[in-house]
Amino acid sequence: MLSLRFAIPFTPTKTKPKPGLVVQSGWNQTDLLSSLPRRCESYKLQAATADLTDGRGASVVELPEGLSRELMPKHVAVIMDGNGRWARQKGLPASAGHEAGVKSLREMVELCGEWGIQVLTVFAFSTENWIRPKVEVDFLLSLFERALKTEMDSFRKSGIRISVIGDSSKLPASLLGLINEVEETTKNNTRLQLIVAVSYSGKYDVVQACRSIAERAKEGQIQLEDINESLIEQELETNCTDYPYPDLLIRTSGELRVSNFLLWQLAYTELFFAQELWPDFGKEEFVEALSSYQQRQRRYGGRHS
Amino acid sequence: MDGNRRYTKRWKLMQGAGHKVGYSALMSMLKYCYELGVRNVTIYAFSIDNFKRSPEEVQSLMDLMLDKIEELLREESIVNRYGIRVYFSGNLKLLNEPVRLAAERVMLATAKNSKAVLSICVAYTSTNEIVHAVQESCEEKWDEIALLNSSGGYEPDESDHLIKVTDIEKHMYMAFAPDPDIIIRTSGETRLSNFLLWQSANCYLYSPSVLWPEIGFRQFLWAILNFQRIQFYLDKKRKQS
Repeated sequence: MLSLRFAIPFTPTKTKPKPGLVVQSGWNQTDLLSSLPRRCESYKLQAATADLTDGRGASVVELPEGLSRELMPKHVAVIMDGNGRWARQKGLPASAGHEAGVKSLREMVELCGEWGIQVLTVFAFSTENWIRPKVEVDFLLSLFERALKTEMDSFRKSGIRISVIGDSSKLPASLLGLINEVEETTKNNTRLQLIVAVSYSGKYDVVQACRSIAERAKEGQIQLEDINESLIEQELETNCTDYPYPDLLIRTSGELRVSNFLLWQLAYTELFFAQELWPDFGKEEFVEALSSYQQRQRRYGGRHS
Repeated sequence: MDGNRRYTKRWKLMQGAGHKVGYSALMSMLKYCYELGVRNVTIYAFSIDNFKRSPEEVQSLMDLMLDKIEELLREESIVNRYGIRVYFSGNLKLLNEPVRLAAERVMLATAKNSKAVLSICVAYTSTNEIVHAVQESCEEKWDEIALLNSSGGYEPDESDHLIKVTDIEKHMYMAFAPDPDIIIRTSGETRLSNFLLWQSANCYLYSPSVLWPEIGFRQFLWAILNFQRIQFYLDKKRKQS
């Protein structure tokens, strides 16, 4: 099996290869591209076109012990549960829990970018969360707005593309404007796509897809018999990415349920339930989840003969 | 009910034996459920994805299913003992005729039973179920709009004409049953595999490592105890918010 443990800037960068990595000198770009296994096709394409504005570029970072780059999930989804409980345990207000949660998210985004995960979808706010106390809801929305404002520049520079999915009709106008701006500014970034689900529910996603399809059928674009899984997939909000189906879903704080997050898209997703509360979920815990994922045998209803 | 074939391999049995032992495990499980007062049980018997397997295995599974479905019609079967109404959920047109006809006979024969419900998902995937529900919802809305149009009562901007969650839900194959409280998947795999995606939104997911033919009362009890403990916590949380 060809190892990918060599520095891959396809274009010369100022970064030196890290010690311990094998550097294949004397290989030109064509040799490298033609010898990579087919499975890594999308990875090598991405590395070649990554946004390289700050010199961090597409250099390969050494993975933690036991993890394999070839078996990295392309799309990881996370239900960031436990901020409230974390705050209560420490005798702090819920807002402190959510702020700590944002720090956890920032760390995870960085790790995903370094380890070659292409898409990270996070469940920030569910349609069911609207029933929480108004004070908490207002705080969460303003936290989201603040986070977008402060991180917008760093997203742009580090090649992160932001997409927001969910029912935007209930969001304040200022937040909507900011979301549009961030999506527009980062739309050409390719290092990592961060999809934030706000005011989202899996059932709502299917319903809105259904409405779009009904509209198209009404206008004669499609017949009722044409409605199939592929058509629905095209209309789901996850159509903003090339990898709409998460390979791995992580839910923190020990709850063993999906809570109306990405229903359709989770058909074959490997589920990992972590005991830690979201603000306590860090690199070590993420490695554990990825390690569990990499050991699983995925069959999609068929057989490994 | 995952793990039949791995069980066959582990115990070096004849091809197909795992599925037969799996069937006995299923009968035991059903008895535990109905004895403890669980009113609704749904089993994932055969997925549309399973048609991808070798023709021999698919045929042997179909033969086993036909055999067992016909057994349900007998006097001394479990359905009569516990007054179970049986439903077959899925795209039944994909089944061969003998199996489909047998399924329809059982549904008719048990239609008057009312003590408990057994839903058998065959030729089923959740995504297929949703597609079917979407098709039916679109067709129903169209007919509704056409009718209103002809009577002059149609307002194009009325939000009532938009498809809602309830419209889709009433056209699901599983619409007759309440959402499950617990989903058990054996053999340690922690994924839904296109089973009850829509209905599992708030459901407790339990994935014991035991292979399906080996499942026993112990795992079942553990699932129920955990469910009750979590339910207590969730109800408390709901009252707080």
